[in-house]
Amino acid sequence: MSNETLPSWLALTQHEVMAKASHDDVARLNFLTHLNVHLSSQILPGVREVYEQEVKPAIIEATGSEPQDRHQIRSAMLDHPYYQFWSALRRNTMEMRHQVGRGVVLEQIEDIVAKVDALNQGADTLELDDALPIPDNVGLVDIHCQPGCYYEEYFPNDVTVAASYDIGLFVTTAGLLGGLSDGGGQAIAKWLKEQQPGFAPKRILDIGCTIGHNIVPLAEAFPDAEVIAVDVARPSLRYAHARAKALGVNNIRFVQANGEDLSRYADGSFDLISTSMFLHETSHQSMPNILAEIHRLLAPGGVCLHLEQPQYDGMPVFEQFMRDWDTYFNNEPYWGPMHELDLAQMVADSGFGAQPLEQIGLVSLVDESIFGKRSAGDAGEDYGRAPVWNAFLIWKAA
Amino acid sequence: MKATEKISLAAKKAKGARPYFLADKQTEQTLSMVMTLAMELQVANERIASLESLLVQKGVLSQGELDAYQPNKDEVAQRSLATQAFLSRLLRLTQQGKQEMGENPPSMEAIQAILTQTK
Repeated sequence: MSNETLPSWLALTQHEVMAKASHDDVARLNFLTHLNVHLSSQILPGVREVYEQEVKPAIIEATGSEPQDRHQIRSAMLDHPYYQFWSALRRNTMEMRHQVGRGVVLEQIEDIVAKVDALNQGADTLELDDALPIPDNVGLVDIHCQPGCYYEEYFPNDVTVAASYDIGLFVTTAGLLGGLSDGGGQAIAKWLKEQQPGFAPKRILDIGCTIGHNIVPLAEAFPDAEVIAVDVARPSLRYAHARAKALGVNNIRFVQANGEDLSRYADGSFDLISTSMFLHETSHQSMPNILAEIHRLLAPGGVCLHLEQPQYDGMPVFEQFMRDWDTYFNNEPYWGPMHELDLAQMVADSGFGAQPLEQIGLVSLVDESIFGKRSAGDAGEDYGRAPVWNAFLIWKAA
Repeated sequence: MKATEKISLAAKKAKGARPYFLADKQTEQTLSMVMTLAMELQVANERIASLESLLVQKGVLSQGELDAYQPNKDEVAQRSLATQAFLSRLLRLTQQGKQEMGENPPSMEAIQAILTQTK
């Protein structure tokens, strides 16, 4: 792919349970993908100019000092027509993605559910728990403005929200997550293989797996490992299980469970625990519980790896403000609070004790001939949506 | 599920307060319509491009024939009228605003008063 053009949505791997998109639906998904890229590459740079040339000088004039924090900047920027219009377009584009995605899926939902059911039939690797409540961090708002979030069901055995999530990720990330939207999981697998060559986990746990897109590459990288992926969302797990089967991956057990209480698993029973873009969807109440469970579940010498966007600490306030857009305007209320946490302290308090938090930069690993290349600091960086991550690792003392 | 139920369900609102950024909700709703219409226009363009490709592949058209096509005199005239009619529909409210100037029509209430007078 040249740098000037984007891949078509059809470049995604059309696995068996994925919704099929008609000619016009593909055109819609491609239009929205281009619109997202246009907004971030052509319109968004003007937001910084407006800030530098008008809003920041006005704040300095009014207060006598440089902007102090991201909230002060947001409050001032919300009065500026340029920021208002960019924000209105960005929000609306997200809503269009969901409407189009859900429309495509619902039109054929009976077929999708039949395929999912056939793949899940009689499998002991899918454990659902109808009694599990949806925790506040998942249930208070529909995360990413996705109607129904990850968990709503419209009829028995429904997978609408999950199937729609699967076809829509491409639109928001402009394809930079690759053919199976698994660039994050691929990057983790590659890093482990290359940087930790002796590491051969026997048991792997993924918490907050949603449709399993980031755990499948790890299961493939360690085919002899027993992999367990948990989530609270039933439709996502049903879909994830069928999707993994459709991709020929059979060593993952999908379990409906809350990462705060995994008491069904024994102390020290996992060598590798991963989360992918998950911690910013938790809460101050749940995150310490999850980290404590991770500490308990990790075997000595084991590691947990969390794929996340970078923390705000040390970041210019304007960049913090930009990254905070999703917190307030894309139904990601814990995004900001999570990114200003003192992670090292929280990790220490969760049982790991004081130890340096190892951070590694990871870039979505995709077939660049189809999906192109993006690295940290690229022009057009979308302040939190570009698949350039800052994973942090915690080793449990051997 | 009925097809109409699916259409409604696809358009379901996400749980959570919806932020509005523009001066008023109506303006933002209009923006949403404009962006959807823009999307549908591009969808139609792509459909036309696909049709052209199929016609070329099946030998009905040759490559570039459509781009090189020059409407004849009658067609030019017909298209001119069609374009004027389209613009008139597109800008109806603006044009009617011009007609409004200098008018001072009685209010509906005033007309109602006339129509409801009894002998």
